[in-house]
Amino acid sequence: MTLRLDALGQRYGDHPVLRDITLTVPDGQLLCVVGPSGCGKSTLLRTVAGLRPAREGTVTLDGTPVTGVPDHLAVVFQDYGRSLFPWLTVRDNVALPLRRRGLARAERRAEAERILERVGLDGAARRHPWQLSGGMQQRVAIARALVCRPSLLLMDEPFGSLDAQTREDLEDLLLEVHRTENTTILLVTHDIDESVYVGDRVVVLSSGPGARVVLDLPVELPGKRDQITTRGLPEFVALRARVGRAVRGA
Amino acid sequence: MRGEQGQGTARTSPVSRPAASSSAAGPASRRALLPRLLVLLLTLAVWQAVARAHGSVYFPPPSRVAGRAHALWFSGPVRHLFLTDAAVGNVLPSLGRMAAGFGIAVVCGIGLGVAVGRSRWAYALCNPVLQFARAVPPPALVPVFVVVLDFGTPMQITAIAFSAVWPVLINTAEGVRNTDPLRLDVAAVLRLHPVERLRFLLLPSAMPRIFAGLRLSLSLSLILMVFSELLPGTADGIGFTLTDAQSRSDLLTVWAALLLLGVLGYVLNTVLLAVERRLLGRGRTTA
Ligand SMILES: Nc1ncnc2c1ncn2[C@@H]1O[C@H](COP(=O)(O)OP(=O)(O)O)[C@@H](O)[C@H]1O
Ligand SMILES: [Mg+2]
Repeated sequence: MTLRLDALGQRYGDHPVLRDITLTVPDGQLLCVVGPSGCGKSTLLRTVAGLRPAREGTVTLDGTPVTGVPDHLAVVFQDYGRSLFPWLTVRDNVALPLRRRGLARAERRAEAERILERVGLDGAARRHPWQLSGGMQQRVAIARALVCRPSLLLMDEPFGSLDAQTREDLEDLLLEVHRTENTTILLVTHDIDESVYVGDRVVVLSSGPGARVVLDLPVELPGKRDQITTRGLPEFVALRARVGRAVRGA
Repeated sequence: MRGEQGQGTARTSPVSRPAASSSAAGPASRRALLPRLLVLLLTLAVWQAVARAHGSVYFPPPSRVAGRAHALWFSGPVRHLFLTDAAVGNVLPSLGRMAAGFGIAVVCGIGLGVAVGRSRWAYALCNPVLQFARAVPPPALVPVFVVVLDFGTPMQITAIAFSAVWPVLINTAEGVRNTDPLRLDVAAVLRLHPVERLRFLLLPSAMPRIFAGLRLSLSLSLILMVFSELLPGTADGIGFTLTDAQSRSDLLTVWAALLLLGVLGYVLNTVLLAVERRLLGRGRTTA
């Protein structure tokens, strides 16, 4: 799915948040959005998700303006714990998006269990979200987003509460999903290393109010990405430094 | 009367509930059972002793009251589950009317409550009316129903339903209105149908408030059930038993009927609490 933001502006009342954002995310690109906290990254995702109408400019998906929540969209909200339904088990939370696909109950459960296994939560399927740690809840939210194979995936700091090992595993899972299913992904993160490691492209927003794009950087790294070798490449280090300088200067 | 007999369970949302909730509720209530039982027995013993010492016909000792209750209602044949003709003829009709009135109140209250709670303007529009309707003491409305519907079961059921509907309605609307906005966004992104959104989001998140309303409605139903049977023109029911015994100066039967009403109220509330604990304590498995 091709996503186009054209002179997008967003505000809360009189408080400007985003100003004149113009971006084209081609079909199948994984775009990382980096920026200081409070600059409007979450607001940007909410606008793309059709949860908040654009105040200025337009958002289009494959040429169609976004007016409501688009089809084939999945979102991992920043407040992942609150976004889960505590009265449903982990498996039922994850199976919920499959209802619109018209699958039978048994199939929905099987799909949910398959994706839970991929995020390393196969043992927690029958528990409730409030019985899990923050990192586990975050993985449930990720599983719920991946389960319906969206063509546009929006993720708001999805790996923030994970320990280093799990975070790396899930970064690689995301890269694999991205590669095999050609999903267009918008990933918000405050981790500069992460943005360069997973992104096809990194966009840095300036600090608010009225944040704008201060750096738009394609990430070209040789070879298949690998947690150890990729992060040691001179190209990786150079890209990371450029993003870091842009964030610092923003 | 607006009893808060179990506030703890109603207020805690499933989110904040600690992991071992179902097992934690057990020992805690069992630990409190013994002192509660002692206080109850002590009260009965004092009542028994004082009533015995006085020998007044107006305040018979509890042993005689219980004996009369047993003789009146529970000394029937085995094949009628020990129920006597009086129980079948008076207690069951009362319970039936109460069940019908409460049932109508629950269905209408939850249905209208969801409708009012979902829409910002419907809530703003209806709120003054609802607060007014709640403020009117329910028994005061009974004369209106008597004029409109005349004496009899339809009038009694209407009086019960009309009084009991407000707490459910107001609490459901309030609960639905307070649904976490982030979860509404989640429902929008998941593209849940309105019915699915009701089933998976609105009702479960309003459930603690709905049960708080149900408990108020249940006690109102009991009150209105008795009150509507106290009126002239009634031919059966626990309330009728009361007025009938009073007209014959049969105070022992009056006390027995009061005892029955107390036990009934207690049992019904306990059943409702058990249902609530079942629904809210553990999550349900549906998806
Ligand atoms: N619902 C809201 N109402 C008013 N202001 C808001 C609201 N949500 C966010 N803001 C403000 O908008 C700005 C951007 O917020 P947000 O998009 O959450 O930033 P980020 O995700 O980059 O940390 C912040 O200054 C924040 O205070
Ligand atoms: Mg944010």
